[in-house]
Amino acid sequence: MKLIYEKSSPGRRASTLPSYDVPGVEVPPELAREEPPRLPEISEPELVRHFTELSTRTFGVDTGFYPLGSCTMKHNPRVNERVVNLPGFRDLHPLQEAEGAQGALELMWRLQNELAEVAGLPAVSLQPAAGSQGELTGLMLMRAYFADRGEQRHKVVVADTAHGTNPASVTMAGFELQKVETDERGNIDVAHLREMVDGDTAGLMLTNPSTLGLFDEHIEEIAAIFHEAGALLYYDGANLNAVCGISRPGDMGFDIVHFNLHKTFSQPHGGGGPGGGPIAVRDRLEPFLPVPAIVREGEAFRFDYDRPKSIGKVRGYYGPFGVFVRSYAYIRSYGPALREMSEVAVLNANYLLARLKDAYDLPFDRLCMHEFVLSARTLKKEHGITALDVAKRLMDYGFHPPTIYFPLIVPEALMIEPTETEAKETLDAFADAMLEIARDAAESPDVIKEAPHDRPVRRVDEVKAAKRAVVKYGFEDHPDLTKESSEARELEAQKGA
Amino acid sequence: MSQLSLTDRDREEMLAAIGVSSVEELFRDIPEGVRFRGDLDIESALSEQELVAHLEELAAKNVHTGAELSFLGAGIYDHYVPAVVDAVMQRGELLTAYTPYQPEMSQGVLQGIFEYQTAICELTGMDVSNASGYDGATVAADACYVAKHVTGRSKVVLAEAVSPQVRQVVKTYAPGFGLEVVDVPHRDGATDPDELGEAARDAACVIFQQPNFFGVLEPAPDLAAAANEAGALSVAHVDPLSLGVLEAPGAYGAALAIGEGQPAGNYQAYGGPHYGFIASRADYVRRMPGRIVGETTDVDGKRAYVLTLQTREQHIRREKATSNITTNQTLLALAGLAYLSWLGPQGLREVGETCMGLAAYAKERLGLPLLFPDQTTFKEFAVRVGRPAEEVVREACAKGVHPGYALKRDYAGVEDALLVSVTEKRTPADIDRLAEVLAT
Amino acid sequence: MAAAESYPDELRYHSEHDWARIEGDEATLGVTWFAQDALGELVHYEPPEDGSDVARGASYGEVESVKAVSDVIAPLSGTIVAVNQKVVDEPETVNADPYGEGWLVRIKLSTPSEVDELMDAEKYKAFVAEQ
Repeated sequence: MKLIYEKSSPGRRASTLPSYDVPGVEVPPELAREEPPRLPEISEPELVRHFTELSTRTFGVDTGFYPLGSCTMKHNPRVNERVVNLPGFRDLHPLQEAEGAQGALELMWRLQNELAEVAGLPAVSLQPAAGSQGELTGLMLMRAYFADRGEQRHKVVVADTAHGTNPASVTMAGFELQKVETDERGNIDVAHLREMVDGDTAGLMLTNPSTLGLFDEHIEEIAAIFHEAGALLYYDGANLNAVCGISRPGDMGFDIVHFNLHKTFSQPHGGGGPGGGPIAVRDRLEPFLPVPAIVREGEAFRFDYDRPKSIGKVRGYYGPFGVFVRSYAYIRSYGPALREMSEVAVLNANYLLARLKDAYDLPFDRLCMHEFVLSARTLKKEHGITALDVAKRLMDYGFHPPTIYFPLIVPEALMIEPTETEAKETLDAFADAMLEIARDAAESPDVIKEAPHDRPVRRVDEVKAAKRAVVKYGFEDHPDLTKESSEARELEAQKGA
Repeated sequence: MSQLSLTDRDREEMLAAIGVSSVEELFRDIPEGVRFRGDLDIESALSEQELVAHLEELAAKNVHTGAELSFLGAGIYDHYVPAVVDAVMQRGELLTAYTPYQPEMSQGVLQGIFEYQTAICELTGMDVSNASGYDGATVAADACYVAKHVTGRSKVVLAEAVSPQVRQVVKTYAPGFGLEVVDVPHRDGATDPDELGEAARDAACVIFQQPNFFGVLEPAPDLAAAANEAGALSVAHVDPLSLGVLEAPGAYGAALAIGEGQPAGNYQAYGGPHYGFIASRADYVRRMPGRIVGETTDVDGKRAYVLTLQTREQHIRREKATSNITTNQTLLALAGLAYLSWLGPQGLREVGETCMGLAAYAKERLGLPLLFPDQTTFKEFAVRVGRPAEEVVREACAKGVHPGYALKRDYAGVEDALLVSVTEKRTPADIDRLAEVLAT
Repeated sequence: MAAAESYPDELRYHSEHDWARIEGDEATLGVTWFAQDALGELVHYEPPEDGSDVARGASYGEVESVKAVSDVIAPLSGTIVAVNQKVVDEPETVNADPYGEGWLVRIKLSTPSEVDELMDAEKYKAFVAEQ
């Protein structure tokens, strides 16, 4: 498929603009543009065809089953798209006077209340733009909290199964990272934890259920260890889809929680974003929340900027408002029975686990929550078929692969999260495919090794991509990588999120 | 429940296959002490049509730019979003795809991002762009993180004429990065290169905005040179819609170019979601935060696109990552690409010229004293209304006209200053109406 | 294209999977077969500056593959007298020939007694077997 720049032709143009009878203005010559940017020159029909073609070369939840572990690829309700495009939301300027934005303020205030209830923690900020920004905000809150108490604490504990954003956020917030191990039952190793928590510990970052899809059975003890040391607990909400209305992070002992609105609360993933990462906190952390807060006075809503202990702003304006509209609509479509979403998510995952656990290695033999981890370790040892190969072969069956090579503590990991919106027929078709791949590994491994067979491209050369680092179109100087060495190279495993 | 596909019979069969008698049993590992019983205290469930009615009611309480004549800008702008952008954003595959970690499943998104990266490099005159940042404020924090690692220095300099949102976000991130932040005041609405250069001497980077928050054209080449000479990275925060008429930061020696993408193809949406952009010279490619798409070939020798240089990112590098960003703003960036492709180079220049022309007409027509009379401006300018600006705003809004932003909300000593923004969506007749309202 | 596994006897080894070839008061440094195998094909080498100092146990540069970035740890202290430009230009040289053409830097030793604390080939092979 050609790049849009390769479809350009000088003089073609899709836009029509109004022109007015007002005098032109000269830009001072030292500030004026000399060479115009080489944007595409394309007509509207060609433009629409181009983006349509891009979309047909992309697999979304709308296309088929997408069991990426820890991503919660659930169906995105279409009514959300209708309401987010109401002009009263879509065309509202963020600096509009509060009196002229009461509907927006009210929606945000109501969403805050719903999220507080799900978290079991009273104070909420909707500002962070994504889960990892929520994490960073939570860590900044920790730092501000201890500074306010005159305490110097430098260390944050993270599980060895943690998502990569956790250690990265810890560093960006200026803390030192400590890693705690997971035991053979898939819980945090409490003995190992006791050794490392002391007066220099600021807190713990944990998701529960973990990235293994397992609920930590010792969570109450873990919370006590940190609280007794005067430290805080941070909940990574990536796996919240398992426990909404079933167990609340605040009740588990967590002091700060972030939500992933694009996981649990149906904001579409958009090919990589946008998302939303609001946080909920205990009362004693409320003064440090980002500014402004949203407050209600009688029937009216307004912003409160008078927050002297606030950490400041982590993002422009109030957060990704369009994402709030969708998440609020989503929660209102379930109402108080939101727990049904999690019950079915967990049921779907356990059903798939039951169908697959004998054909693949199971690192932890327990009931799972909303996701589970299998290993292709035996397939690799006996037939040379890796988790990567399984993933590529699944594409031939019309499925998006699960997350692979994560969490890091399981070799040849396949992390599978079906979500609650899938039909039993889909789960059965996926299980049948996985079983067939396990059989083919022994009988016809080549067909797996050479997968996928039918996608727009087949396995790509990541080494060439990193070495050549061609990250934009070079116009006349664009290199032709298809003419460069095309020997079969050993391709590297791709890490999932 | 319309979002769930299981029937009662399905559930029975599945429970049997798992070997439990109820869904409740699936949660037996959760200690009773943390088990929530009963219903959440959440508002009642609504059917689809009730949901739409409820949200329409909330939306109706907002005064949007279709409901009043608006000259409000100050960082987010009422530019025209063409219908092709809507068409692109609604394609289900693009809307509902995940981050393209499996390139065989995502060539469309990957190629789209590659094209977006190219467009940003073309606009800014840079060699490498990432796949988008959260917004125009957080990319400034990202730029500081890059500069810290490149220079080893621990101070950043911000021109005071940079958007208050941007400066506040940088100041929030700075302590965690171990960075000190210094503001350089504006002089009559612009930034003095010598003063900036002086402050930059031990700085990791200097951030200035072009056009600046007051709509004023800064001496950008001199500001970049002053920073470069002091050994600090020069970071230009730019309006993408100005880059058809104003010189690209790369052409005047800036090290990084950042900005808010909203004016180029996104609706205002009460502040988000939008996309931030960040682009740099080739030297810094391995320091760039976030995702980058690169070109390569597949086993059959076909051209293909893939996320590359991922070792910089959180999911491999973990605590040494260049950023913690995972989810970014892809769909909004693709909307930006669609918009810039719709405009084309000729259209980009025209929209810039039109905004400048209309703004100049408005300055003339309003006949109010300018806050910075000696400065050249782009699509915004500040006037003095002779009494507290917030009062003037309230009164004008009551007449269906939003006249602009009261600068006293962010700056001292400008009680009666109003920042008026004029985009290609306003007509000379609209401007006449504004003049009428402000004259009373 | 990667070399066969080997750990030459004449070299000395460090627990961070680096080797040193001692030549009088200078040493040539690189990463071992084990390191290049764990990383995969190298795509980038970020070298130190000529003339800069390195300290034993500290990082003096980075090597990068598609799946990981790794600090290169100095097994000995000294001053950089040469950087291998061939590896900068063709990082995969390290995979093909980690002990020959794939050398990374040459240093002038500041504390020659540190050599005694490095492992010989036998010890290092045993160390690798435990990884």
